[in-house]
Amino acid sequence: MNARLLPYVLIAPVTAFLCVFFLYPFFLVAQQAFTTGNGFTMDNFREVVGYWKFPISMRNTFLLALAVVPIQLALSLLMATMVNKMKRGRDLVLYVWTIPLGISDLAAGIIWLAIFEQSGFLNSMLHGLGVVDQPTSFLSYQNLTVVFIAIMLAEIWRATAIMLVIIVAGIGLIPKEYYEAAEVFGASPWKRFVKVTLPLLRPSLQTALILRVVLAFEVFAVVAALGGSTFPVLMEQIYENQFLLQNSGTAAALALIVLAISIFFTLIILRALRVPKGATI
Amino acid sequence: MKLSAKLAGAVSGLSILLSAAAVSAETLFWSTQARPAEEAQAMRTDVLAGFGPGVDYQPNEEGPWLTRLKAEIEANSGSIGVLGSLHGVFSSLNADDLVDLDDLGVSSSSATFNNLAKLGTDNMQYVPWMQASYIMAANKEALQYLPEGADIDALTYDELIQWSANVHEAVGQPKFGFPAGPKGLKHRFFQGYLYPSYTNGVVRTFASDEAVTAWEKFKELWEHTNPASTNYNFLQEQLLSGDAWIVFDHTSRLAQAFNERPDDFVAFPAPAGPTGRGFMPVLAGVAIPKTAPNMDEAKELVKYLLQPETQIATLRATSFFPVVDVDLPDDLPPAVRAAGDAVAKMSGSSDANPGLLPAGLGSMGGDFNRVFVDTFERIVLAGQPIDRVLADQKKTLQKIMDETGAPCWAPDAPSEGACPVE
Repeated sequence: MNARLLPYVLIAPVTAFLCVFFLYPFFLVAQQAFTTGNGFTMDNFREVVGYWKFPISMRNTFLLALAVVPIQLALSLLMATMVNKMKRGRDLVLYVWTIPLGISDLAAGIIWLAIFEQSGFLNSMLHGLGVVDQPTSFLSYQNLTVVFIAIMLAEIWRATAIMLVIIVAGIGLIPKEYYEAAEVFGASPWKRFVKVTLPLLRPSLQTALILRVVLAFEVFAVVAALGGSTFPVLMEQIYENQFLLQNSGTAAALALIVLAISIFFTLIILRALRVPKGATI
Repeated sequence: MKLSAKLAGAVSGLSILLSAAAVSAETLFWSTQARPAEEAQAMRTDVLAGFGPGVDYQPNEEGPWLTRLKAEIEANSGSIGVLGSLHGVFSSLNADDLVDLDDLGVSSSSATFNNLAKLGTDNMQYVPWMQASYIMAANKEALQYLPEGADIDALTYDELIQWSANVHEAVGQPKFGFPAGPKGLKHRFFQGYLYPSYTNGVVRTFASDEAVTAWEKFKELWEHTNPASTNYNFLQEQLLSGDAWIVFDHTSRLAQAFNERPDDFVAFPAPAGPTGRGFMPVLAGVAIPKTAPNMDEAKELVKYLLQPETQIATLRATSFFPVVDVDLPDDLPPAVRAAGDAVAKMSGSSDANPGLLPAGLGSMGGDFNRVFVDTFERIVLAGQPIDRVLADQKKTLQKIMDETGAPCWAPDAPSEGACPVE
């Protein structure tokens, strides 16, 4: 086959797949968002933005992303460095750490609910140890901070591994020579991490962060399980509009808002962590 | 390829074909009811096994249920034979997409239900299938704290509040349980119980002075309500775990508690307010989409479901009561007996003030429910002033009524045209 054509032939199936299952539905959703019965309109957007819970769910979603992603980034870097230093049992540790990835997010939410609820494990433990007289309910609308922390913990437990696997792969690609050279010049382990690992990890960090940030704006099931109706997030609003109110137009409008936020942050990450032209590992 | 591999391939291909043929011969019963695994299995083995041509019973959540139905209707070709769902869901569908069922000759023994099943048209759009209601249930431990002179079968809201307060004080924890979780049916409590009991209406009286009193009372009750209630969806779980002692919920969402530990709990009627003992039925129906692949078989299945024996089997499987006249056997599961008693006492009480299901709201049913949920969240959870919230939510409610043109339903006084919010 013509060598110039080959790359295009090879990406054709993926392109076709994306067109059919991403681009086409995307245009349908956009169409739904911008139309009602009588032509082009911004009514759907006005309606969802004007709903009293919209600012709250927007704030909650951002707060959660802001609290969770940096911690996950730090944790996954730490874990990846540890794994990389291990001589034996590396695979086993990696497998164990990635177990939460295999659990659906609703299941993860329910696991953490079983820990935090009034008759849950944490309460039984505290009660058994004599710390509390009676099981107390942690997840109530009166302690939104506790609800927030519980959701944060569940999210960190569930989704850190996504970043971890990408970063582990990235660290594995960094040639040992750089570290040896740094050591020869007397760089401390911290210096080596900051001056060698981090810069050379840029492409992996970029991928990991984009994936994680986009997912953070789509958080839903964990929040629904732990926060109940007290902690609205954007995704929950989409679900409510689509299925409870049966209004695809407003649901599509909200989905586009989430998409816009995701694209915005993706662009920022792409720009902030770009690899300079001509630079290679 | 070896001969054996070829053979194996041919056999597996053939078996796939055969199983596909076998599945398509069965009528697909696409339902939002009887979803829990045990109930769905009981539906298959105890209720539907007796239907000759075979039924493929597939329960699903409302979202996916609706998505597939709408896709089939849009494509004008489908595999769903019979639909099973709640009145509220059917009323959000386009009546033209459902087959008129008058010529089947089956209907419920309740004229009200048959009328609701017309969905505002002149013909039966679905056939009433089974019914339930919302009741109260309590852990027997709580009974000792009943206020003096209070009759558990004829409680008032004030007595319920006092009772919950007594328990709260004695145990040191709020033990009233309310289904305020994301999937909880809290809106039905406001629409069918609190409002009719205090204001003798739902829509007209939404922002009345009586409604302010009702919400004040509810806030009093909320002080003795387990604050984790915002996570509660099925109160049977909290009854069984002991997190809540006195609860309000759908009969089938309490069933597990009674079936597992029948001696530990009591079921009783909802309380009464100044304008009577408001309560509301739950009505499920069966319908046939116009895209049903085998119309005759689907109609046979609907008829089969309305037979008295099938209705009793359905009662055992799902804890939903028959909609036709049947003689109930004596050996019913504990949950069914407890719920049946409570409902009978509720509807038979001298101050009964039955409400109807919201009707004529079409696809705005969800928006209607959201008005009540939002009002609850703003008044009770966010602590906003009652009159301001009601005045604010009233506008949304009026908009829904105007857009749909839905006339008032009981206990609201009848209206000409859209039901006004006064």
